[in-house]
Formats: sequence, structure tokens, C-alpha cells
Amino acid sequence: MSKYVMVIDQRRCIGCMACIVACKAENDVPEEHFRTRVIQEVEGEFPKLRMELRSELCNHCDNPPCVYNCPTGASYKDKENGMVLLKKNRCVGCKACIASCPYDARYIDPRHGYADKCTFCSHRVAKGKEPACVQTCIGRSRIFGDIEDPESEVSLLLREHHHEVLKPAAGTEPNVYYINRILKG
Amino acid sequence: MPISRRDFLKYTSMAAAGTAVSLSDAELFSHLFAISPEPHEDVNYIPTYCEVCFWNCGAVAAVVNGKVKKLEGNPYDPRSRGKLCARGNAGVGELYDEDRLKHPMIRTGERGDGKYREASWDEALNYAAEKMTKIKNEYGPESVAFMMHGGITTHLMNLGKAFGSPNFGFPSYGQCRAARMVAYDLTYGADVGSPERVDMANSRVIVFFGTHLGENMHNSQVQDFTEALGSRAKIIVVDPRFSTAAGKADHWLPIRPGADMALMLAWINIIISEGLYDREYVDKYTAGFDELKESVKEYTPEWASKETDLPADIIVETARELGRYAPSVCVHPGRFTAWHGNDTQRERCIAILGAILGTWGREGGIYLPTKAPLAGAAGMSYPVPSRASIAKGPHAFAQPQLMQAVRRTTITADPYPIKAWVVAGTNILRAVPNPAKSIEAIMKLDLLIAIDIRPLDTAMMADVILPECTYLERHDALKIDRGVSLSVGIRQPVVEPLYKSKAGWWICKELGNRLGVGGYFPYETYEDHIKKECAAMNIDYDELTRVGTKFYPGTDNPYITNENQPVFKTPSGKIELYSSRLAEQGFAPIPKYNRIEQPEKGWFRLLSGRSPVHSFSRTANNQKLFELFEENVLWINAKVAFSMGIRDGQNIILVNQDNIMSEIIKAKVTQRIRNDCVYMVHGFGAKSRLLSRAYGRGADDSRLMTRFIADPISGSTGMRVNFVRIEKA
Repeated sequence: MSKYVMVIDQRRCIGCMACIVACKAENDVPEEHFRTRVIQEVEGEFPKLRMELRSELCNHCDNPPCVYNCPTGASYKDKENGMVLLKKNRCVGCKACIASCPYDARYIDPRHGYADKCTFCSHRVAKGKEPACVQTCIGRSRIFGDIEDPESEVSLLLREHHHEVLKPAAGTEPNVYYINRILKG
Repeated sequence: MPISRRDFLKYTSMAAAGTAVSLSDAELFSHLFAISPEPHEDVNYIPTYCEVCFWNCGAVAAVVNGKVKKLEGNPYDPRSRGKLCARGNAGVGELYDEDRLKHPMIRTGERGDGKYREASWDEALNYAAEKMTKIKNEYGPESVAFMMHGGITTHLMNLGKAFGSPNFGFPSYGQCRAARMVAYDLTYGADVGSPERVDMANSRVIVFFGTHLGENMHNSQVQDFTEALGSRAKIIVVDPRFSTAAGKADHWLPIRPGADMALMLAWINIIISEGLYDREYVDKYTAGFDELKESVKEYTPEWASKETDLPADIIVETARELGRYAPSVCVHPGRFTAWHGNDTQRERCIAILGAILGTWGREGGIYLPTKAPLAGAAGMSYPVPSRASIAKGPHAFAQPQLMQAVRRTTITADPYPIKAWVVAGTNILRAVPNPAKSIEAIMKLDLLIAIDIRPLDTAMMADVILPECTYLERHDALKIDRGVSLSVGIRQPVVEPLYKSKAGWWICKELGNRLGVGGYFPYETYEDHIKKECAAMNIDYDELTRVGTKFYPGTDNPYITNENQPVFKTPSGKIELYSSRLAEQGFAPIPKYNRIEQPEKGWFRLLSGRSPVHSFSRTANNQKLFELFEENVLWINAKVAFSMGIRDGQNIILVNQDNIMSEIIKAKVTQRIRNDCVYMVHGFGAKSRLLSRAYGRGADDSRLMTRFIADPISGSTGMRVNFVRIEKA
């Protein structure tokens, strides 16, 4: 049993957006849709300003509303590796998952009509490779691995750093962790 | 689990051990990709180096059935280190842009009205060569000027020199790096190189003056910067704008634009007067310290505070931080340094600051280039031009590469006429300030030949357009990297050229044949030439084609040691804090502060910069980048915008001091900029209708720069001296 998670070291993100383009190329994401994004937020008044660069993607939640709200069983939580994935042939494009996701992580692929989202590049992970966004991450801000393995880089990072998740109050138990957050909110 | 990093280490250690790479092609790069081909599909992993920008990162293409499926960074390559930026990842968007130039074209209408007919290569090349020959016969070869950027430079320089012209224009010089190159050459007897030899990954303090790495996406350098961020180096960013880098900084110093030298000179003064400089280093390696000490005495923190609009205590505090962590301090020399017309002296200040902190050749400062020898093939000997180049302009220390000087002479015909331009890989109408002047010059030409991949504005002014293929479809010169270590990289086609486009080397060779200088292209294909070069350099060509970048382990000598002493090719053989060469030419041998003109009320200094997802004006039409950044916006201080009744997202127009109006641009109302300047990303406002996405998007900063000031020392065209007012559209 593995449980894959992503750690975002926000201090190291420089907002270059390589991850976004790599993700789209790797996963044939349709034009104008994205599986990951980098949010830049600035707080304060000139000249006392603070900036946060925050990579966002599917949180592969342990308590995933998209799975619970899927009427056809297309969305599921993989018991072997913890990833929230999608059986495309079972998806009818009803958008219940999109409506229920607090992270705005999903879209309907206009070419096929089914829902789609970040898969943690499960096809790459299955071959022992990192997700495309992690491989290309210029700042090594995105770190991926198995949290069940106590020696993995993600386990070490989470042990050593204060970390947060997005929208903890939603109760989704996300698996994307943020360290070195600048802004709270 | 993260196999790729382990593999990277495995390869690096293998390389470090000097083991010849003996893995099969599939093993070399397949681990980077997760391609699951159908049984009938043919998959190849081909290394090359990128040219979406000029950083030339090693890349690997996964090619499935003749189509590029995915690009990854080449883990052997020092400039990518296995990672590509957004633009590198979007290389397929360059290759498969349906708006690419597809076939040669000859103009049928008036110059600039966009009317062309398709021509065969033979016809187009004959046309170009006949006209060039006619001009050569009538006026001399110097009347044809060659402008260029990127991979085609080797081939077009060869053609231009063989043709007998001394006139070349490089926007990457006068509109970018000239001031820095000249200043470092005067001070240290050498430039800091490209990529700049900044050892940021090991710096304790990093200072950026205007440099906005992260928005300016220079791959390996940004990787080093993020390493420094991860290791909690102190970051000091001096910028009127809260850039992404400023957002990462411990100290953001929102300086009054144009006052950078006041801060630098005050820092130098504090560091000297408080004894924070590296005494031993200064004694051993520098000349002119006493003169410097005397000269900067007047630049007190209180004085600098008034000039820079920064608190005096912050100026003192930051100076002490530089002193405390010296020599592991990187004051980044910058790259785009064409700011205010006093640019060489400003860059001299940075060079001097680095010198007294003892950073040249020290860990965390500026590392020394590898001394490893590399035998090369013998160079060509070209005819000596009968007339001197005009491309140096009146600037004492400039290299003869100044685009604005070529433009001026084209208009004035003084001292001799320039009748033809051959422009390749550079969009002169965006890259050089005041495009109206460029158009005036172009209208005086008898001939404009454009070699480009895309129908950019400059190409669409040409009489004959020769479509070059993208970097993924061609060979170019070997990339010899003398960074920390020696490495050699190959650019090779990963797919056949699309449409009727051709490689730059082929275009130059074919033109050369028709101009009677075919002897300067002594090869059938450029691959033959690379093979010959490899033989001369003792490189296994076949291995190079498989690994992409050949890395030479053990060739690094980054820091000063007893055995590894730096050599300064200056008149004194030392780091010249006092520049005897500047003194000889009547310039201040030690930088002096001169206040530059500031905008009146209601006017704003126009600043421009970069987006991490675009290279100049040339990627605006790349769908994969366009969807991330469609057009530039105008950053305007929130208080100013409120007082003027300008809302975020509102359409506005800028008008400069010469009543030149900008295109319509959307306002970005933000706290992130001072109230005396406005900012936009450079490279937008395309006029060419053949760019279906980029056409008419955003505004062109260069057209508002009618008042650039050329730096008397280097010829760098200071572009941040233009003021604009804002009108609602």
C-alpha cells in the first residue's frame, strides 16, 4: 500500500509556470483548460507588501466529495495508491464532481464530454517516474512521493516543516501539502 | 520513488567518474518519458538544444511516428539540468504553429502592405542574390548590413564576412548586454559571460538591481536562485516594482527609477568607511582603491536617501549585510542593462562593489570559467573590408554591433550609404526603440531580406521572405559551454522541416553559392561540418548525437586558490577600480553620480520587462504560451489610478513626450509599483495580421521609446528615459 502526496515548498516557487505547460503536454489537456495553476497573491499596501505563489491542483483527498457525489461510479479513490482517479468510460459528464470540488480542480473535456483532472500522472507513477510537473519544476518547489514510506522525501519534509492544506474546513482531508506559506487565508 | 532524480545522480556520478556513456539510446532518455506506444508506432528519443529563448538548454524530444509528442530537459546538460521552463516545454507550439512562414515569398505590393506571392526557393534565392550583387557592385559590400539573433548567427556572420561587409547589428548587444560587457571588461578585463557566471546557489546574499529572475526565465540561473531561496540566502531586490523576485526578498528597496547609482555609491562608501571590505583581496587584486575611497566619500547614506527615496537606515543596514556575508555575495550584474544612458558607469558600480567585497572567483560570488582546453577546427580567413564598420557609432568602447548606428547610417547615408538589410531571427521593429525610425530606414533601402520562422512585423516589411525552420528541425553550431565546467552540446533535427521551410545554414549556404562565396561553406550539409569539428575537438560524434550534451567532468576551477589565480586582462593586470582606459578617453575613471531627469506631475517613467512564458516578441503567437499570457497590461500604482479614476482592467492609451500614442492596453491597478512609473511586459502589440493569435494584442513599449539615450561609453540605448501620460481609451 502506498499513499502518494505532493508537497509544495512555496518559498522555492518562482511562478515560472513550467509545471502548467508540462502538465498540458504530458496529459493532452484541451486548449483553455488546466489541471494545475499557479496563483499569485499580493497582500498589503505599497511599499509594505507580501506575495504568495501557490501551485494548485487536485488534492487527491482522503475524503473526496467528487467521488461521493459521482452518480455513476466513474470517480473513485484508488485503494492501492490513494489517488483520486476517473473511469472515463463511466463518466456521463453530469458535472456533479465539478460542483462538489472545493478546489476547482476539474473540467469537462470538450472534445469527449467527460470530466477530467490531475491524475498525479498515474501513468508515469506506474512506471516509476515523477509527475510531469514535478520533473520539470525549475525551483524544485513540487515534491512528490509516498507518505507511507517514512524515508521518502515527502515524509522527511512533512516531519521537519510546519505544513498546511488548502481549505481544511471543507473536511476533504487533502493530500497536497504546503510548506513555507506566506499568506494565510 | 522519484526515479528521475536518482537517475540524474547516477548519470552525473557516472560522468564524474569519467565513464564513457555506454547505455543504449532507449535507456538514456526513455526514463524521462512515459510514452506507451501502440505496437505499430515508432518512438525515438532525440536530444538537441532549445531555442525558444537564447539560453540554449539541452532538451530531449520524444518523437512518435515522426511527430514530437513531448519535450523534456536533458539531465546531462548544464543549462537545463533535466528541466525545461514553460517556453521550453512549449517548443511543440513553435513547431506546430499553423501561422508559421511556410514557403518563400516575394513582395508584390508596396513595402509594408503585406502583399506577397509564393516563390520557389530557387527564385527567391536568385532574387535576393541578384539584388545583393547589384548593390555590392554599385556601392560596395559594406552597403549591405546583416542583423541577427540566435542559432542562425554563425551562418549569417559567415555569409556577411565572406560577402565583405563590416556592418552587423545585434539588438542583443546595444539593446541589452553592451553596458555590462563593457563595464566588466574595463574593470576585470573580461565579461561575466553568458550565462552569467553567478554562483547564486552558494550565495549568502543576493542583490538584484532591476533584474527580475523568475519573470526573466533564464533556466539554470533561476534554478540557482531558487536553491538560494531554499537555503535561506538573504535576498535584496532593488526595483521600483514589486517583482516576483521582490516578493521573495528579505529587503525590497523600491528605489526611485534612475537613482540606482546613488545607492551603489553609498553602499561602496559605507563598506569602505566601516572597513567591511575584503582588505587582503583588495590589496592583492585591485588597483585604484585609494582614489575610490576618496571619490565616494561624498556619497553618504543621508544623501543617498534623498536621491533614492529609500530610508537611510535601510541603506546602512543592507550595506552591512553585504559586508557581513562577503565574499559569498552575488550582486547580479544584470543582463538587460540598457536603462538610462549612463549604463556603463552604473554597471561599473556593480563591478566595483563586487570587487571590494572580494566576490570575483569566490564561492557564492562570480565563479571563474573553466580553463579546460578544447581544440577547435581552424577558423575561416575573410576578406578585409575596404571600409570601416559604421556599427560602432561614436562610442569609444562599443563593439561594432550597434543596431541603432546601422539604422542611423541607413537614413543619413553618412559616411556611406547602406542599401540593404539582411535580417534573421530578430524582430527589429520590436527589439530596437522607436520603430518609426526603423521603418524610416527600411523605406530608404533598396532591399530588405528577412529570414525568419514566423511572420513577425519586421519580416512582413521585407522584399523577399525566406522561411527558416524551427530549432527542432535543423542543425546549428555546437554549443560550447564554458561555465563551471566544459560541455559541448549539439542541436540536431528531431523531425524533418515542415512545409517548405529550410535550415538557416542551408539558406546562408545557398545564398553564398549565388553570391560567389560558396567556398566559405565547405560542406554539403551542416552535419558534415559538425562531424569535422567533432573530429578536431576529439569528440565522438555518434556519442554526441545520442547524449546531446557531452559534459567534461573534472574541468571546473570555479574559485581562487593558491594554484588557481585569476588573470585580469586590464592595463594594470589588476581589477581596475580606477579605470585608466576610461580616463584616457575622457570619461570618469571612477563612477560619479549624476541625477537623471525625473517626470513632471502627470507623467510617468515607462518601464518594461519580461514574462516568464514569453521570449521577446517571438512567442506571442505560440498557442501553448498564448493561453497563459495573451497580452501585456499596464501596471499602474493603485493610488494614482484611484486619483485618475482608472479601474483595474480598464482600457487605456499611453501618450509619450513626442505625442506618440500606444495601442489600447488594459490597466493593472496594483500596489506593486511606485507612483512615478508604469510598467508593461515587452514584446506585444503585433501588427502582422498573419499572426492569428498575437495580432493586435496588447501594446508595444518600443514605439513609445522615441527618446532613448545612447550611453556614450558602450552605445547601449538607455530606454527607461521615456515619460508617458495616461488617457482613457
